[in-house]
Amino acid sequence: MNLYAGTFYLLAAVTLGSTALAVTRRNLMHAIIYLVLSFFGTALLFFLLGAPFLAALEVIIYAGAIMVLFLFIVMMLEIRPAEQPWGAYLRQWLPAGVLGALSLAALVLIILAAGGDPSLPLAVASPREFGRFLFQKYWFAVEIVSFLLLVALVGALYLGRREE
Amino acid sequence: MNSLVPYSHTLVLAGGLFFLGAACTAARRSLVMILIGVEVMLNAAGLALVAASLRWQQLDGQALVIFIMCVAAAEVAVGLALIVHCQRRTGSLDADRYRLLKD
Repeated sequence: MNLYAGTFYLLAAVTLGSTALAVTRRNLMHAIIYLVLSFFGTALLFFLLGAPFLAALEVIIYAGAIMVLFLFIVMMLEIRPAEQPWGAYLRQWLPAGVLGALSLAALVLIILAAGGDPSLPLAVASPREFGRFLFQKYWFAVEIVSFLLLVALVGALYLGRREE
Repeated sequence: MNSLVPYSHTLVLAGGLFFLGAACTAARRSLVMILIGVEVMLNAAGLALVAASLRWQQLDGQALVIFIMCVAAAEVAVGLALIVHCQRRTGSLDADRYRLLKD
């Protein structure tokens, strides 16, 4: 195992561990902070997999903007940690966990049994190259997505307005 | 020495992340946690796309991740607005008590 593979497994462990902690926390604040850690791990994985521009965007958009928005809403609403009897908690987690673990096991088996599994090469797509590709091949999709953001903005404004 | 891990390992990692997000979305009652689960799932999909992009040496996968990020941002904006709306209407964030968009 070389240095790159070791880094990959370390980052994978950090990402999976912090995500698992995030989805099981009762306190929303703790969950969000753990999720920021998970997104940082994913950003480093992106960097390792040869996408430095996407790694920067992951930190700026996911770990920065989206998580700060979550924190802002949680602070604004003054959410108390919900008291929930442990039995009801387990009743929802058990089926979700069992079914999810089964389908995950099937997925892992299929992936590992597929064979013909080449090692990933080391390569980097520079931001200049990536931007040129994006706006040459997918310029129309970029326009549509910007329109989607506008629609989301209008929708959020409409839902968030105070009724008189 | 010039190689990373096998491609299947990145897919297993993305699958594990996706499973965690799906379990969170299915099992938690709080609306904020449901939204967080969706975020985790989108993130896992992005990771799989970047790995595939490296596997086939095509930039299309990375381009798709940009669109996933935009969709995630839009989803969060509308989702959090719905959460604030829910809090004002019902006074709680329990997904079970949020039945009507309009009274």
